[in-house]
Amino acid sequence: MAKITAHELAKKQKEISVAEFFERNKHILGFGNLTRALLTSVKEGVDNALDACEEADILPDIYVEIQNHEDEECKVIIEDNGPGIVKKQIPHIFGRLLYGSRFHAIRQSRGQQGIGISAVVLYGQLTTGKHAKIISKVEEDRPAAVMELAIDTNRNRAEVINRKITHWDKPTGSRVEISIMADYKRGKRFVYDYLQSTSIVNPHAQIIFKEPGGTEHIFERTSEALPKKSVEIKPHPYGVELGTLIKMAKHTKSRKLSSFLKTEFSSMGSRTTDAACERAQLDKSLSPKNITREQFLALHKAFKKVKIMAPSTDCLSPIGETLIKRSLKHETKEISPEFIITASRPPSTYSGNPFQVEVGLVYGGSLPKDKSVRLFRFANRVPLLYQQGGCATTAAISSIDWRRYGLDQPSGKGIPTGPAIFFAHLSSTLIPFTSESKEAIADIPEIENEIKLAFRECARKVQRHIHKKVRRKKTREKFDLITKILPEIAKKSASMLNKPVPSLNEVITKIMDVVWIEDLIEYEKISGKPVQTTLIEDTLGEHKEGIITKSNIMVVNYMRKPQKFNLYVVIPEDAVVGTVTPKPTRIANNYIKWNLDSIHPTGKIDVHFELAGLGKGDFDENDMYIENINPSYVIGADKWEGE
Amino acid sequence: MTKKDYTNVISKIDLIASKIYDDFEKADIPYLQLPTRTKANIKFDDKFNVWKYGKNTTERSAKSLDGAYMLLRTMYLVDFIKTMIKTNKSSTLREMYYISEGWDLAKFHSQPESNSLAEDLEVITSCMREDFKLRPEEDGARVIGNLTLEEMTRNKTKKKIHCQDDVGDSGYSIPYNVEPEKISFKGIDADFIIAIETGGMFDRLVENGFDTSSRAILVHLKGQPARSTRRFIKRLSEEKKIPVLVFTDCDPWSYRIFASVAYGAIKTAHISEYLATPSSQYLGVTPSDIKNYDLPTDSLTKEDIKSLKSELTDPRFQDPFWKGEIKLQLKLGEKSEQQALAKYGLDYVTDTYLPEKLAEMGMIKK
Ligand SMILES: Nc1ncnc2c1ncn2[C@@H]1O[C@H](COP(=O)(O)OP(=O)(O)OP(=O)(O)O)[C@@H](O)[C@H]1O
Ligand SMILES: [Mg+2]
Repeated sequence: MAKITAHELAKKQKEISVAEFFERNKHILGFGNLTRALLTSVKEGVDNALDACEEADILPDIYVEIQNHEDEECKVIIEDNGPGIVKKQIPHIFGRLLYGSRFHAIRQSRGQQGIGISAVVLYGQLTTGKHAKIISKVEEDRPAAVMELAIDTNRNRAEVINRKITHWDKPTGSRVEISIMADYKRGKRFVYDYLQSTSIVNPHAQIIFKEPGGTEHIFERTSEALPKKSVEIKPHPYGVELGTLIKMAKHTKSRKLSSFLKTEFSSMGSRTTDAACERAQLDKSLSPKNITREQFLALHKAFKKVKIMAPSTDCLSPIGETLIKRSLKHETKEISPEFIITASRPPSTYSGNPFQVEVGLVYGGSLPKDKSVRLFRFANRVPLLYQQGGCATTAAISSIDWRRYGLDQPSGKGIPTGPAIFFAHLSSTLIPFTSESKEAIADIPEIENEIKLAFRECARKVQRHIHKKVRRKKTREKFDLITKILPEIAKKSASMLNKPVPSLNEVITKIMDVVWIEDLIEYEKISGKPVQTTLIEDTLGEHKEGIITKSNIMVVNYMRKPQKFNLYVVIPEDAVVGTVTPKPTRIANNYIKWNLDSIHPTGKIDVHFELAGLGKGDFDENDMYIENINPSYVIGADKWEGE
Repeated sequence: MTKKDYTNVISKIDLIASKIYDDFEKADIPYLQLPTRTKANIKFDDKFNVWKYGKNTTERSAKSLDGAYMLLRTMYLVDFIKTMIKTNKSSTLREMYYISEGWDLAKFHSQPESNSLAEDLEVITSCMREDFKLRPEEDGARVIGNLTLEEMTRNKTKKKIHCQDDVGDSGYSIPYNVEPEKISFKGIDADFIIAIETGGMFDRLVENGFDTSSRAILVHLKGQPARSTRRFIKRLSEEKKIPVLVFTDCDPWSYRIFASVAYGAIKTAHISEYLATPSSQYLGVTPSDIKNYDLPTDSLTKEDIKSLKSELTDPRFQDPFWKGEIKLQLKLGEKSEQQALAKYGLDYVTDTYLPEKLAEMGMIKK
């Protein structure tokens, strides 16, 4: 074989156009087939719309329309009421791959790569030859910009075909129209599922979906509160790549290594900075610009060896258990589930990236008993519809033995079978996807473990719930016994003998021999004045009525001796506590505590409290705990294990 | 007939009410105690040669919901009985079940439930349900044979009845009350009583004139015999010194029919000495007969096998005859009916089978 010279090779070396790159990689970008392409296009547009609205503190109103004129050609239209896009940026955002505002920002957002929407434009152009049309309005009393553009695939730059201005009723917002080749018939279901799931994790958004036939589906807004805004944070030393570290040092304004580390990174105080420099055997006062590659390598290695505090978790915006529960309740109305249980883990980190796991479980009702449990996966409030098998969520769930919690699971491994729906949400500044199409979470041990812990907690709550229900039923029977049947027996025996009705108290305490706690929750509508709430920026409009959750707890001592103990009721952290009687000993942000007075045999104490800031049904079961009394004496509450 | 004295019954009933009342007064959880009415708690009574309840007792306590309901129902029931006695009324068990509709929480949910409580009450008070003015709605069985009895009719006149000449082909019908104040036995000319399980076989023997030809009193048991039927057989057998032979199908349920005639039923073991005829003998059809007479059979069902096995541990079936026959049947895996004898013709049972069996038992000469 003849030797190939570098010169010959050079003839072959040339720039690869984005079009070619795309063509080769379209499956990893989510355009692998005509069904997937439809969903991906809608998803990229909707994800961007939600990101933009939240960033601008606007409650999202999103409109999705699909037109299907010719076979296999669809026009996808996505409109939002976000801040709009300044004219100058439109060509870059839509006509250039790898251009975006999120890639370098360390905070939770849906977009993270800067590929999303331009990939859709490119796909449309390659498959239909048609241009994308973008309308954007950035200021209320200015006209909207209309731009038609194509991508010059050789230069990875936009080619603006046409620009004009138009009147648009919206105060601000964007509208994207892209024609693509897609299989509407098959893709429709996925689009619908995606929008429905999106609505579950974005209760603050309203989404309207108009089908080619004109049918409109409305996914309503169930929360008026925008999610907590995630704060952008600096990179954490544990997660920074060597190349990024070198680049940061090159661009920094700091003149000393120590100040560079302290100002440009998360969690670097004087002590950790000193420790890292010492480990790397570098002088703190070195100028970052003069550090050699070897020294950077040493520093990079040193980071991992020094104990550095986890980054601040303000950059995360989890959904919160109350809202998850409310959304799940709303979405599963027709199933009328027996219970909905949620659990959330405290924030954690992997390689310096903060993340947090929230899970939920819907059980019973008309859910099929003989089918695999349905799993809803989400990452940064985006539903993950494909590649369930390869997702860390699936692996975590499969490793739990669900048979103890009322579900079937052959051999105690794998996705269980039974009348349940699982919900898992991962929030992170950087979701470790298995590929660019962002469909499955990679098997990062820290993440998988947190998901597992969250579901375990959920499962334990399920078990407690079932246990409680069984016990409640039993005591309900006893209660009937002592309140209805026993008095009747006494009355009848007395009347037969013509004697006065005997006293029952002592017999009752002997039969029950427990302290009995029962609760009732009611909701009261308050019109007019909006309810105070701690939910961030709750923009309750006048038309909306507030709900006061009223909880009544009855504590009866059916034991032969007086009893004195402490009672705790767990409340949602985002609730505001109103009237409480009797006077509580403590109102913490997630519980109320009472040191109850001593209760005489057959004596009773009524405990009452009100919660505001919750929707109807958000708080539908009192989680009650007791302290300073043998828990086996008490029915209706468990032992208080501390906070 | 003298009017029955109920003072004893009333005081026994009141005793139940005061027991409960006193429990309340003493701050004890009210309860009633009664013998456990299961197979495990029946003992042979040497004095009467019958099976009666043993020493095991069950507590009906207000501690549990079920127990409390039982006590409440008991209170309602005794109150109801007391009222009936005072107003000189009586009711059928079925009427009592319907009357409980008005008892609010104490209402029965099924008739077996109310029947069983009436039995409990008999057990607790050692009275009989007749003392409680309760009677079964089922009519007694039929009798044909050379027997004359005297019955006190509803218009309070005594009427002599000959159980062949004065009755039709269906025979004399046994009333629910067969006590001396109602029935007395006069003349009898027969060698034995044959108690027959099925109506079909009873009619066959009647049609073939077996009562005359073999000097037999034929009694139709109508399945599991009513108390009055058993009491009738016992009185007749003991007063007139005449042996009792029980002729049934060949399956575990039929053996229980025999046991209830001969030894006393588990449900009514508190009054076995009053109902059972210990000298009764089992005539057939036995599992051995299946083989010896090559009778047509059906396979034993799962339930059959279960009851046969349960009978193996039933204290009433512990003698060698029953043990052997039950084990044989389990081995055969088959059961048969009385009427299977028709395989050899309609007269076979009266001409061949019964004479052979009776001779075997020493009732007639070969
Ligand atoms: N509807 C919109 N309103 C306002 N800004 C938008 C809108 N859509 C996109 N943008 C801006 O355009 C940028 C690029 O969007 P694009 O979808 O290409 O990438 P991304 O969302 O950053 O990341 P990803 O590739 O993960 O989707 C976004 O970062 C955002 O700043
Ligand atoms: Mg995007």
